[in-house]
Amino acid sequence: MNVAPAELADRALAAATGPCVVLVDVTSTANLRWAANTLTTNGLTSAYDVTVVAVHDGTRAGVVSRAGVRPDDVAGLVADAESAARLASPSQDAAPLAGGSAHDSFGEPPAAVTPSDLGHLAGELARVFDAARSVGHEHFGYAEQVSRSTYLATSTGIRLRHVQPTALVQLNGKSAGRTRSAWAGTSARSLDAVDVAALSAEVTERLGWQARRVELGAGRYDTVLPPSAVADLMVYAYESADARTAHEGRSVFGHSGGGTRVGDRLTEVPLTLRSDPDHPDLTCAATVLATSSGLLGSVFDNGLPIGASTWIDAGTLSALPGTRHSASLAGLPFHPFVDNLELTCPGSAGSTLDLVGDLDRGLLLTCVWYVREVDPHTLLLTGLTRDGVYLVEGGEVTGAVTNFRFNESPVDLLGRVEAAGASVPALGREMGDYFSRTAMPPLRVRGFNCSSVSQAS
Amino acid sequence: MTREVNPDFTSLPLQALADAALQRARDLGAEHADLRVERVRRSDLRLRDGQLSGAGDGTDAGLAVRVVLDGTWGFCASSDLTTASAVAAAEQAVAMARVSQPLSTERVELAPEPAHSGHWVSSYAIDPFDVPVADQQGLLEDWSRRLLADGVDHVDAEVDAVKEQKLYADLGGTFTVQQRVRVQPAVTVVVSSSEGIETMRSLAPPVGRGWEYLAGTAAQGVWDWDGELAQLPALVVEKLKAPSVEPGRYDLVIDPSNLWLTIHESIGHATELDRALGYEAAYAGTSFATHDQLGTLRYGSEAMNVTGDRIVEHGLATTGWDDEGVATQSFDIVRDGRLVGYQLDRRIARLTGLERSNGCAFADSSSHVPIQRMANVSLQPAPDGPTTADLIAGVERGVYVVGDKSWSIDMQRYNFQFTGQRFYSIVDGRLAGMVKDLAYQATTTDFWGSMTRVGGPSTWVLGGAFNCGKGQPGQVAAVSHGCPSALFTGVRVLNTTAEGTS
Repeated sequence: MNVAPAELADRALAAATGPCVVLVDVTSTANLRWAANTLTTNGLTSAYDVTVVAVHDGTRAGVVSRAGVRPDDVAGLVADAESAARLASPSQDAAPLAGGSAHDSFGEPPAAVTPSDLGHLAGELARVFDAARSVGHEHFGYAEQVSRSTYLATSTGIRLRHVQPTALVQLNGKSAGRTRSAWAGTSARSLDAVDVAALSAEVTERLGWQARRVELGAGRYDTVLPPSAVADLMVYAYESADARTAHEGRSVFGHSGGGTRVGDRLTEVPLTLRSDPDHPDLTCAATVLATSSGLLGSVFDNGLPIGASTWIDAGTLSALPGTRHSASLAGLPFHPFVDNLELTCPGSAGSTLDLVGDLDRGLLLTCVWYVREVDPHTLLLTGLTRDGVYLVEGGEVTGAVTNFRFNESPVDLLGRVEAAGASVPALGREMGDYFSRTAMPPLRVRGFNCSSVSQAS
Repeated sequence: MTREVNPDFTSLPLQALADAALQRARDLGAEHADLRVERVRRSDLRLRDGQLSGAGDGTDAGLAVRVVLDGTWGFCASSDLTTASAVAAAEQAVAMARVSQPLSTERVELAPEPAHSGHWVSSYAIDPFDVPVADQQGLLEDWSRRLLADGVDHVDAEVDAVKEQKLYADLGGTFTVQQRVRVQPAVTVVVSSSEGIETMRSLAPPVGRGWEYLAGTAAQGVWDWDGELAQLPALVVEKLKAPSVEPGRYDLVIDPSNLWLTIHESIGHATELDRALGYEAAYAGTSFATHDQLGTLRYGSEAMNVTGDRIVEHGLATTGWDDEGVATQSFDIVRDGRLVGYQLDRRIARLTGLERSNGCAFADSSSHVPIQRMANVSLQPAPDGPTTADLIAGVERGVYVVGDKSWSIDMQRYNFQFTGQRFYSIVDGRLAGMVKDLAYQATTTDFWGSMTRVGGPSTWVLGGAFNCGKGQPGQVAAVSHGCPSALFTGVRVLNTTAEGTS
């Protein structure tokens, strides 16, 4: 990027004839992808775009985004946004723009990723591939380093910069003939912080557990869900929890005749689901940065502070994410959507295997996949197990069973939690590419609904 | 019909960018190099109960250089459309190839393709980005008002529009410039009462057309919006009051508005050869339709004939050349129920000894590397096949399934589960009112093996989706699937309410 983001933002505000919000997003990424112990694709990208939110008559918004905008093009972009605002119908979510001040970091350059950011990882992966070849295993997977720098400037005085580094590593090991499959994944702020050897060791251990196959049909089983599986289910619930849809009775978090279920006890287990931008392991933006309006964000809310929010407090639904507008409709306090999520249970400690140790007979999952909503009113989800389902007998893993299609509601599941472990940073197998900052405990649940057998291995 | 790539794209220094990037890659020793310059404009407009809840107009633009250096891929993209940036991208792509070489044990080679040059524009009449925002909002406001006046409690109305402009050039001499337009309108109605709450979405599929798809009428050969909007309120009330389905095995007459998605998941993805070979194993998954079964796998009944194409008019995957410069075409995937072909890109074609790719490479933006993506994979109608009413008339106890909703399939494309927008009980060859809470679940080859009758050409509809995901980093592609109505016997039907009751 040959132009300073702050300069682009300031030029846009200078060109604006009315209230205006400008977001400059600068994204720098590097990635590697591999299959069967060899690289398949890679990429190094740098991109930036400028979003202008022009407000006309206090209620009409024009939102126009363009990538690669040159300084001389900024005035035209602002004019297009202002024209769109004049022609627009009033926005439901219209609200006064937030006021604020300038932060010193606003003028600093964006963070950038270079090919050398992959160097440490590439070396580690080469060793993993060599080790896998020596025992007839294959590795498949993906790793990326992303740095996203967002500059927010408003006609009300806000000037701030947020830098969000995100690294992901996902390892999928398969035995000879690809009849066994195991997965381990993690997120961090830097690829250099990822212990690839530890992930590989976990995959190798799990492949070993699958040496003994056990036939098992569909049915309901007491099941230990590891943190990755819990993350996918809880993120789905969180992203389905917007205040407006609940208020209209259209989600599991609302009553069918209208009105939210805030205050309802969802589970007798004292589970707490919360988000906090300042979580030491899951740091994320503490300010609303919205380039579009929707159920979970509003361009009018840009610049408002994001604090910690507790969505489920010791088992009781206590807040719903949304916008100032949806909070007002629902008669709830405004809680902006936060880009992290943590589930905890007071007094719970121990690992996934500790929960397995207390299970007389049941299943241990690795992760869930292709999770889709079947019924929004109960949040019934369907999906598949993946990369290892293990039979547990007498507190020990005794073999691997088939994959299953499940039909379950994460909200209903919370009511069937029999034990929880310690909450740890977790990467959802399915949602982790898009929502990577979660900390989840393993959960042992009663009667997990394995609706049918999947032949997939 | 608009048939020219817009000058706002052709006026970019496309030739200079190509020359700069490709020459630099050649100088650095690349045995293959290609440049894409892409500009993708997307607009979205959403109304909730007739009031604007969100609108945006975004343009993503940039260039991408992909090289093969000593048998290893390298890729770099930038949103800076200057010759200096093109040169830098070529250099960084080569650097990425070098950092990746220690991990590469399989030499990348590409199936050959003749050089092509030319322009191609998709088939549409009205560029949606030429329609004033106020007119677009006015149309959705009118739709919403009509539905609210007919008694529904809530209405969501939305439209997404995309214009994709693309240059592809490579060291082999190909230089192509293309423009595609697509739109996806939808309305969802909601009713609630003491009996609960129910929703229903319109059946209009996304298409490779322009704004005429929303503003036109059935008589003009587009969608019958007036008819659909008039019917939705009564239909959703009927669904609300309908009895819950009794689980069991039923004969299903599946309407094209539902069947397209089952085709997408159980045939479209299963016959991507990169998946079948394991290149997507860590993420999207693999396929039961492994390459060693080509020509022998019994995929379904003998009534099953499936093609892939990137040429059908208004198809969402339709284009002139793919993102590796391959001229698009039509090809067989399943013939008389047997697997006979796969979707390919140039690398996968070469790996499996094929002389040529069938043109299924696609990247959703300049920021992403082309990968094998889905063609318009379509079930062919029986030339003298029955109407949907005829299919229903032949069923003693069954369900007529209309509209897509929830979908899920496993990572080898065996086990799937789908729901729908509405379900009609069939008793003794006649529709006997709606049922609700239905999902059908099956294993792919069992399901297609149970297809005993295929509807005729009059039942064939081109459905599709804007949001097919694949790859890491994730990419989204639009794709169409044409199909007739068809009859499937003895399919397992679940009651979703019972499934969710612990």
